[in-house]
Amino acid sequence: MDFTYTILIPLIPLAIFLLLGINYNKIKPVVSGVIGSLGLFTSLSLSYYTAYQYYFVVGKVDGVYQTFVQKWRWMSFTDTLVIDMGVLIDQISVMMLIVVTTISFVVHLYSRGYMKGDPGYTKFFAFLSLFTFSMLGLVMATNLFQIYIFWELVGVSSFLLIGYYYTKPSAVAAAKKAFIVTRFADLGFLIGILIIGYYTGTFDFMELTNPEGAAITNWASTSFMGLSVITWALILMFMGGAGKSAMFPLHIWLPDAMEGPTPVSALIHAATMVVAGVYLVARLFNMYYFVEDGYALNIVAWVGAISALIAAIIALTQTDIKRVLAFSTMSQIGYMMLALGVSSYEGHDGLGYMASMFHLFTHAMFKALLFLAAGSIIHAIHSNYLQDMGGLRKYMPITHITFLIAALSISGVPGFAGFFSKDEILVAAYEHNKIIYFISLFVAGLTAFYMFRLYFGIFWGKDKTYEHLPHESPKSMTIPLLFLAFMSIAAGYIHFGEYVTADHQSFEVHLNYPLAAIAVGVGFVGIIIAYIFYKKPNELPNKVSKAFGNLYTWAYHKFYIDEVYLFITKQIIFKRISAPFAWFDKKVVDGTMDLVGNSTVATSKKIKGLQSGKVQDYAFAFVAGAVILAMIFIYNWII
Amino acid sequence: MIQGISIYEILTITTTLFFIGVYGFLTRKNLITMLLSIELILNASAVNFVVINTYLFPENLQGVFFSIFIIAIAAAETALAVAIIINLYKLVTSVEVEDTETMKY
Repeated sequence: MDFTYTILIPLIPLAIFLLLGINYNKIKPVVSGVIGSLGLFTSLSLSYYTAYQYYFVVGKVDGVYQTFVQKWRWMSFTDTLVIDMGVLIDQISVMMLIVVTTISFVVHLYSRGYMKGDPGYTKFFAFLSLFTFSMLGLVMATNLFQIYIFWELVGVSSFLLIGYYYTKPSAVAAAKKAFIVTRFADLGFLIGILIIGYYTGTFDFMELTNPEGAAITNWASTSFMGLSVITWALILMFMGGAGKSAMFPLHIWLPDAMEGPTPVSALIHAATMVVAGVYLVARLFNMYYFVEDGYALNIVAWVGAISALIAAIIALTQTDIKRVLAFSTMSQIGYMMLALGVSSYEGHDGLGYMASMFHLFTHAMFKALLFLAAGSIIHAIHSNYLQDMGGLRKYMPITHITFLIAALSISGVPGFAGFFSKDEILVAAYEHNKIIYFISLFVAGLTAFYMFRLYFGIFWGKDKTYEHLPHESPKSMTIPLLFLAFMSIAAGYIHFGEYVTADHQSFEVHLNYPLAAIAVGVGFVGIIIAYIFYKKPNELPNKVSKAFGNLYTWAYHKFYIDEVYLFITKQIIFKRISAPFAWFDKKVVDGTMDLVGNSTVATSKKIKGLQSGKVQDYAFAFVAGAVILAMIFIYNWII
Repeated sequence: MIQGISIYEILTITTTLFFIGVYGFLTRKNLITMLLSIELILNASAVNFVVINTYLFPENLQGVFFSIFIIAIAAAETALAVAIIINLYKLVTSVEVEDTETMKY
């Protein structure tokens, strides 16, 4: 089967980006919205066709899913160490194609309503297309270098979209922060890639992840500080993944990234770009699992668990609804990471891998829905803050219902998509590591609580009197909400064990009823507490937060991690390290160069009098020279 | 070839003529006299060509032809120099070399 045509899936958004970006003064906003959406619809259709072809027609041979690679040589360093550009079609890349094109298409539709009247309307759609191109290129990359190129491209599009309201200083600062933090993390990624390239001599995913291949079997050849070099490389690459996926302690950019327009938050900072780290670990899962008995994979699991816990605790205290959702995203990505971290390779032991991808899929749906619903609310009342909201269920019925569905889904209420994927994660964690299981169970309860804190705070709670009566958003915004609400339920009924597995062979997934019951029970406790606290305005939340005392203050200030970063960068790096270097550069390096320049100037000032303008002086110099030369000749050759 | 006069006497005269021209060019203050000095230098070299041709290579004529070229070029150069001096005079109302010293650093 030839999957060469899939190269069109990313290239169409690229073409649209160029078209809209170059002509952005000439195209009418309405037209650019239609062009963007239609182009993406083409990509969407191609992706669905590819998925159908892959999963149901040609992908499976003798019960094993095949990988189809189509690549073109770009440049070669040695015979084996080459950089190709191409498309790789396998289980996870096809699944990601579905996620990215679906969410991107929905966001395009939604933005046509949300961004109406914005002066940069065409620019916005151009950037959205650029992002979609980069993300699609990332998921279909055939080798480490290609994924790195697109990895940076999504970073750039994220930067452009966070700083979309570039007249707002906070947006500019947030864009810079996001770019710098992820770039710093990508430094680790790059070093990891270089180490892999140096020791294994290849960048190609197919060779690297082959369990019998040289890259995995020869791992013990070189060790460095107690670990094999490949393990170090994997840890460094995970650092890049953690930066993109906002894992602790590189998560600080994600809450600030909420300065961007809300559709952007839904597309980039909830559904697609932030799961790139999860995707990277999944892509290299065989290396993580087989090299040195999964040492690096253990780190992935713990980082995921800690991030999930910390983010959930911080989310309890925030009052900006988009920030709550941002921390919730971080917490759910932590879930995906820990599920990957506790996974094994073969058959049913690979449950964690499958659960992680499953959760990625369902999370993309319901988190995009939550963000878009939040966007609908912000659109109506022009505020991000919980205290400005209350009783909105009467004014915005569709937003209310869809938000409720998403909240139920993320809280793991049976029947909704989040329940199925979260249950698989908890089962995988239970079978592998009890501590991680209890952390994730606790986080499940916290998730239910903070989601329903938002829900009751926005749609019930106090009956606020609004200056302008809020009203339901236009159809262009509510139809995407309804579609995603449908997906937030339906996505759970896909048999993911059939389609996405670590060893490319399908297995049957069963619900583990006792564990599911515990998780649901914990979730309901969270919902009930939220109901008691926030259904009607009362004093209970304040009392409880006072009872927690310092812990509450710390969580409210996000555990002062931003301040720690500021202290390290400003006080230690800038003052103690950079300042002496700057002094050395200014005084010694620049000083030497200045000396050369200044002495040249001084010399020429001294001798410029020679050019006197008197013809006879020049003539005299000429004659004198001629005479001297003549005397030298006579002395040497004649006498 | 002139009977009784050897090449050395004539070369002495042309060398003297040449250095008189150089001295005049370096010391005169008037542009016209400087021009005259240049003519002296040119004449000295033209005579040199003829003399060396006649005394040393009597069967050839290149030296004589060359002196004719020098005279032609000297005429053209003088016309040019005088034109420049006239223009300069319009500008500074003087033909003294001290008044043309503005072209410097």
